[in-house]
Amino acid sequence: MSASTGAAPQKMTIAKALNAGMRTAMEDDPKVVLLGEDIGKLGGVFRITEGLQKDFGEDRVLDTPLAESGIMGTAVGLALRGYRPVVEIQFDGFVYPAFDQIISQVSKMHYRSLGHLRLPMVIRIPYGGGIGAVEHHSESNEAYFAHTAGLRVVTCSSAEDAYWMMQQAIASDDPVVFYEPKRRYHERGEVELGEDAPHGLHDAVVRAEGTDVTLLAYGPMVKTAMIAAQAAEAEGRSVEVVDLRSLSPLDVPTILASVEKTGRAVVAHEAQTFLGMGAELAALIQHEAFYHLEAPVIRVGGYNIPYPPSRHEEVFLPDLDRVLDAVDRSLAY
Amino acid sequence: MSDDVVAPVENGAPATHEPPARDITDGGPEMVQFLDAEGQRLPLNEANSPYAEYLDDVDDEQLRSLYRDLVLVRRVDAEGHALQRQGELGLWPSLLGQEAAQVGAGRAMRPQDYAFPGYREHGVAWCKGVDPINLLGMFRGVNHGGWDSNENNFHLYTIVIGNQMLHASGYALGVQKDGLVGTGDPERDTAVMAFTGDGGTAQGDYNEALVFASVAHSPVVFFVQNNHWAISEPNEKQFTIPPYQRARGFGLPGVRVDGNDVLASLAVTRAALDRARSGGGPTLIEAFTYRMGAHTTSDDPTKYRIAAEVDVWKKKDPIDRLRKHLDSKGLADQEWLEAIDAEADELALRIRRECQQMPNPPHEEMFDQVYVDHHPLVERERQEFMAYQASFEED
Repeated sequence: MSASTGAAPQKMTIAKALNAGMRTAMEDDPKVVLLGEDIGKLGGVFRITEGLQKDFGEDRVLDTPLAESGIMGTAVGLALRGYRPVVEIQFDGFVYPAFDQIISQVSKMHYRSLGHLRLPMVIRIPYGGGIGAVEHHSESNEAYFAHTAGLRVVTCSSAEDAYWMMQQAIASDDPVVFYEPKRRYHERGEVELGEDAPHGLHDAVVRAEGTDVTLLAYGPMVKTAMIAAQAAEAEGRSVEVVDLRSLSPLDVPTILASVEKTGRAVVAHEAQTFLGMGAELAALIQHEAFYHLEAPVIRVGGYNIPYPPSRHEEVFLPDLDRVLDAVDRSLAY
Repeated sequence: MSDDVVAPVENGAPATHEPPARDITDGGPEMVQFLDAEGQRLPLNEANSPYAEYLDDVDDEQLRSLYRDLVLVRRVDAEGHALQRQGELGLWPSLLGQEAAQVGAGRAMRPQDYAFPGYREHGVAWCKGVDPINLLGMFRGVNHGGWDSNENNFHLYTIVIGNQMLHASGYALGVQKDGLVGTGDPERDTAVMAFTGDGGTAQGDYNEALVFASVAHSPVVFFVQNNHWAISEPNEKQFTIPPYQRARGFGLPGVRVDGNDVLASLAVTRAALDRARSGGGPTLIEAFTYRMGAHTTSDDPTKYRIAAEVDVWKKKDPIDRLRKHLDSKGLADQEWLEAIDAEADELALRIRRECQQMPNPPHEEMFDQVYVDHHPLVERERQEFMAYQASFEED
């Protein structure tokens, strides 16, 4: 439990930072309980909850029956009783059995109770592809939840965000869907373990400043975007990378400030583009920054097909080349 | 109230009066019953004897107050039905016929026990002290429920069938974590009840709730009102093994109770709640009853069920039964019965008046309480909406 006590920056993986964030939240608030499949002794299939059951007991880290709707509905009941459940969905593609509970109950409870009831719960979902997995293990289904009023949807791209955003999500009195970039779980980064979070839960953050084009990305695509910005710089193009971090609500001022500066926007995500986050961002930008635009907003994302067999994923997922190609197309206007 | 149920339909085939092909009126020898259809107290038998002690304190006064609850609840329900027919409500789901099941269960609960209803549990709401007027808001379209569930430990109505079963098992898990099971203090030990119908037993959430509660040994009582109809679908479309028998497969005791016998419902629920509160784990109760009315005011049961079936169940009416029982004990003099009816009429009148006076909420309030904390999109749209509305006022 040293994670929360030291003040010096520590180098750790996103996986460890998520673990440390949950640990700190559990130390701070005895009402925080974790629920999920295999999260106890095993520490989850990705080991994100490793050691937490050993340190906090089976009463606070619960291995549940293998039933996602059951986990979600149980978490609702726990939250109604005053607990702060943190639910692990094992893989992105396994959230659908819980979809009904999330949409019909989790998102609406505060509203339908005229504010009498709150569901301070976190739904953790490891998401995205690039790990050579079998079907249903590589999806990016964030738009379903970002589309739903009553939910907050966030995603981290760095160890520092993993650590802090997890604590902020758990502290939120609204339900938060927390997307974890599974192919970046083992990326390392500096984490300031001080008293204050460097950013608000719903702040977008400019990761690289630039002047020619704004590249909007989140979760696993932020690293790709940063590499793209460096590659573009070598060719004399200045790309500003904005890490959205929050998909609902969007940090509209930060997004618009960047696009108004550069006059161009490219959105990159793993999810299929049709009706995805890129569509919403394009609508937002064309409406709010119309007179600043030098080019149409360009989306680069997954093709509008089911997530393909993993032998295709290197061409299905937007990679450095496809992101740079989109940047070039934007700059061509 | 039930007149429209058995009357011939206006634009369909007239109701037939052939006897039902199957006997759905007999709950079988395992069904717990204390009063027969004539209101006579049954002798102890294998089914009811384990529960008899739970009626030891039911004196004349309690019997009378149970009767009062049944009558008032039926009157509330009739008023809801009438208010829908007169355009004051958009919809009303009637509990007609299920009063005893609900009042028995509701009266078995202690104040600290928490109930998760479906949307037909007006009788449970009544017993938990929820003002019936609060039930009307959602059917009038002025809110989605809106009462404070924690005030009476009665959760909002849940419309998606079965969702609430899991909330109950989760809430019960929280009660366990709070250490409020098996302390031996009747004021503190707490149980949770979840209500659904025969149709609800087919839902995944129902089955998952039984699994979760069973595995965690949670203090929850699942109360299935088998009213024999899930809108138009009879029991045989929902299960081949009745709910009380299926419970065993989940690792919890299941008991079938005569849902039209308020004493049986009270005794069996008291036993199950005691067991839950003391750390004995979950129980499933199947209340064998009948939906005398339509599914809701939008439904037309003459299209799918025969009037003879309804006629048979009319003879099992839960209120008639208790009145006969009171009568046999000299507890139902005319003056007292009339006083109850007068109280019911007065209650109905108040509900009618308050329903009609229920204001439409100001439209800008539809943006309230989407989130606990500030959400820029909701706030922005609220402002845009108000500016748009104001643009008409200026003209």
